[in-house]
Amino acid sequence: MWSRLVRCWPALACIAAAPLAAQAPTLTVPVTVDTLANGLTVIVHEDQSVPVAAVNIWYHVGSGDEKPGRTGFAHLFEHLMFMGSEHAEYPAFDRLLEAAGADNNGSTTEDRTNYYESGPSNALALMLWLEADRMGGLLPVMTGEKVDLQRDVVKNERRQSYENEPYGLASETILAMLYPATHPYSWPVIGSMTDLSAASLEDVKDFFRSHYAPNNASLVVAGAVKTSDVMRLAQLYFGSIPRGPAVPRSTAEAAHLARDTSAVLEDRVQAARLYYVWPTVKGLAGDDAALNILAYLLTGEKNSRLTQALVYQEQSATEVESFQDGKRLAGDFWVLATAHPGKGLPELQGTLARELTRLTSDGPTTRELDQAKNALEARLLRQLERVSRKADRLNSYFVRTGTADGFAADETRLRAVTVDDIQRVARHYLQAPRVTLSVVPLGHPELAATPTQVTP
Amino acid sequence: MTSHAPIAHRLSVAIILALALAPPLSAQTSLTRPPAPGVPADLRLPAVQLAKLPNGVTLRLVEMHEVPLVQVSLRITGGARLDGDQSGLATFTANMLDEGAGDRDAVAIAAQAAYLGADLFTAADWDHIYLDLNTPKRTLAGGLDLLADLALRPAFHAADVARERDLRLSAIIQQQDEPGETATLAFNAITFPLGHPYHRPADGDSSSTTRLDSVAVRRFYQQLFKPDQAEFIITGDLTLAEATAEIGKRFGRWIPDRMARLKPPIVPIAQSPNRRMVYLVDKPGAAQSVIMIGAPGVARANPDYAAIEVMNTILGGSFSSRLNQNLRETRGYTYGAGTSFAWRPLPGPFLAGSSVRTDVTDSSLVEFFKELNAIRDAPVSDVELTRARNYITLALPGQFETTRQMAGQIGELLDFGLPTTWYTGYLRQVRAVTAADVQRVARRYIDPQRMRVVVVGDIEKIRPGIEALGLGPISVRGPDGNAPTP
Repeated sequence: MWSRLVRCWPALACIAAAPLAAQAPTLTVPVTVDTLANGLTVIVHEDQSVPVAAVNIWYHVGSGDEKPGRTGFAHLFEHLMFMGSEHAEYPAFDRLLEAAGADNNGSTTEDRTNYYESGPSNALALMLWLEADRMGGLLPVMTGEKVDLQRDVVKNERRQSYENEPYGLASETILAMLYPATHPYSWPVIGSMTDLSAASLEDVKDFFRSHYAPNNASLVVAGAVKTSDVMRLAQLYFGSIPRGPAVPRSTAEAAHLARDTSAVLEDRVQAARLYYVWPTVKGLAGDDAALNILAYLLTGEKNSRLTQALVYQEQSATEVESFQDGKRLAGDFWVLATAHPGKGLPELQGTLARELTRLTSDGPTTRELDQAKNALEARLLRQLERVSRKADRLNSYFVRTGTADGFAADETRLRAVTVDDIQRVARHYLQAPRVTLSVVPLGHPELAATPTQVTP
Repeated sequence: MTSHAPIAHRLSVAIILALALAPPLSAQTSLTRPPAPGVPADLRLPAVQLAKLPNGVTLRLVEMHEVPLVQVSLRITGGARLDGDQSGLATFTANMLDEGAGDRDAVAIAAQAAYLGADLFTAADWDHIYLDLNTPKRTLAGGLDLLADLALRPAFHAADVARERDLRLSAIIQQQDEPGETATLAFNAITFPLGHPYHRPADGDSSSTTRLDSVAVRRFYQQLFKPDQAEFIITGDLTLAEATAEIGKRFGRWIPDRMARLKPPIVPIAQSPNRRMVYLVDKPGAAQSVIMIGAPGVARANPDYAAIEVMNTILGGSFSSRLNQNLRETRGYTYGAGTSFAWRPLPGPFLAGSSVRTDVTDSSLVEFFKELNAIRDAPVSDVELTRARNYITLALPGQFETTRQMAGQIGELLDFGLPTTWYTGYLRQVRAVTAADVQRVARRYIDPQRMRVVVVGDIEKIRPGIEALGLGPISVRGPDGNAPTP
């Protein structure tokens, strides 16, 4: 489970490095960018190495644009995008793509919703046509029955991935403590059962009209394609979809914690787990790069400070993880440590405090910092092996910075981080009020971190 | 962790194969009808080059020069099927290889690999121990030095063994938290007889793990690690001459240990029961029930392999499959449902499974058996057949995109003694599968009347409904699949 977190670092794409990178070519992924008259941005990257193509659309809306009482709606809506469109009635979408040897999926975060297909490059026209048909023609075939059905599927997803999963309810507990109740990051992307029940067909129609327009989307095609073909097909299939109203996005403030807060959650788990979470900065904002490297220095490898101390030396923890989660409106920095079954969290706390203080006051060695940069750079290089990964990364850079081929800039951003930066961000963000959550086995509050409070 | 990982529309259901394609885009310009895909090109896979060192070490290499990365997989024949009565020994030995080797301890090995930008990884499956290095080409030499230390000079210090053993014991305790893990352990223990390697978990259980020590690990290592049992699969930005020189420098003087080799065990045959049996594992308060229905499956060498793959794609191996369509898309019982044949040299299990809402556990079982019977009782439609054949054949190029994928595909062929030209014949076989073939293999390899049904859930809530179905005798098992001790 934890390894998944590592792969999900928002800034994972970035990367760079010291001595090795000095000899490395700067990473570039050449693109052609055009904007249709209706506002749809089209970005094409050619890679002829394998006869596959990837289509990737981002709609610039996520759970961060939801309102209290309708949590989970952006993701529920994502499911409805697979329920058929004007000329591709359900279940044509999946069936046509499978018959062409292509896979597809979609996903929702706080800040965006993406949809993607990948498969043989001769299926490119089909992939684009299907995306265009649902961008232009979802509502004529939308029904209350479809909403009810996917509501059930999403509730099952919540049961499977959160409620029936050990520690699965920790993150929503923490978010509610970290952000004020009016802030959309205070609830999880999956939403609450109550709000999922409340979502109506009218909500679906309103949401589509206000957020699913070409001017609120960006389309990336990568792979064994010709740029001129892609541009022609994009114009042909998407060109007649009318522009929608301008889409104001949520502007909620970043979180600010006035004081430490802590809670204890009893769960059906065998081992206690400690969470420390601090408010930090947005993704790609000033200190985001340094915070990403800080996370690596703490838990990225066996020799990272917390892993080495807790798992290898003291052997009090079985797993340690940390990451900077830099989002559009705000960011947060997480440290998680799991004790051996039967062991309490207080004995982890002393070591955590000591190692965080030591890194803050002495800083990392140059060798440690170089290792972090090299490891992160290599991780980015591996992403370039797959056109589908490149496509999503190009869209991410474009949406967040306005420049699709942001690989080199990102590399530079990480390469620039110094020992002083690490000490500074460790002091500024991690020696500040935080949220502490102890997840303990049922009936064992004595294993919780100190000081403890009763769960609200 | 919603706040970090995007949550997806669906679980990825199945691994798909398929092939080539290419050029011209459809000229179709209608906006109201889907454009037909262009003509796929023939499958063109790069050649697998072969070399052998004088001491018996084999090298296989595929050149891929698009990205300056190299994947080096060292495979040692013999994995968890050789565990004997010490289950978990092979996977634990593999795990110990990078916990101290040459003149470095665990932390120093990891630090050096990461500094080089390399991913270094060790593991075992039923039939092999693997050491994998994925590294930028410019740091290949340093990466190979590490790999050679791990393979030829592992330390197996008692303190490191004790630490990793304790971590593994904790992980085994934590498996109880994961209902899917519990279901898998229980299903395997029930389906495969005592003495069969698949009866016990490849990662061991508490009692076998407690007995692990550095003496046992070192002996197992010496029994397996011999140059003529070692095979390199190398993919990426490298030529055969470079590879032979670099590997030869580090592995050319490797001479076999005198320790006797391990003999493969005599394996009892796993049989289906004469009637359907139901096993319940209690998970009080569970929000969902995990269902696993299955039987000992089919060996990979089976001549019906292509037809079985097509049949499985239609039954539960793709998003549009009958089972997922029924349980998820029509009834809303689950987030996803599927079927799979585990392809191994010895027959792995056939499984149909899902996580379903607690209050529809019985209704879900009804639908499972409806689909398991339907695929036998009537031929599939032409539309389903064509879609499944295409899904398998057309997706294949995407399975050879990265250095890791390429190495994995070559390894799979080697696992089953198949030539590297095998895909061409396989594509032809898939395209030739008929509806009658699908029905024939469904009847032959899927027998719903003799399957074992394992359900992990809140027994108090689900038992009455399951009893009412009359599927077969019901018994309650512990989380390890064994009868609970009173």
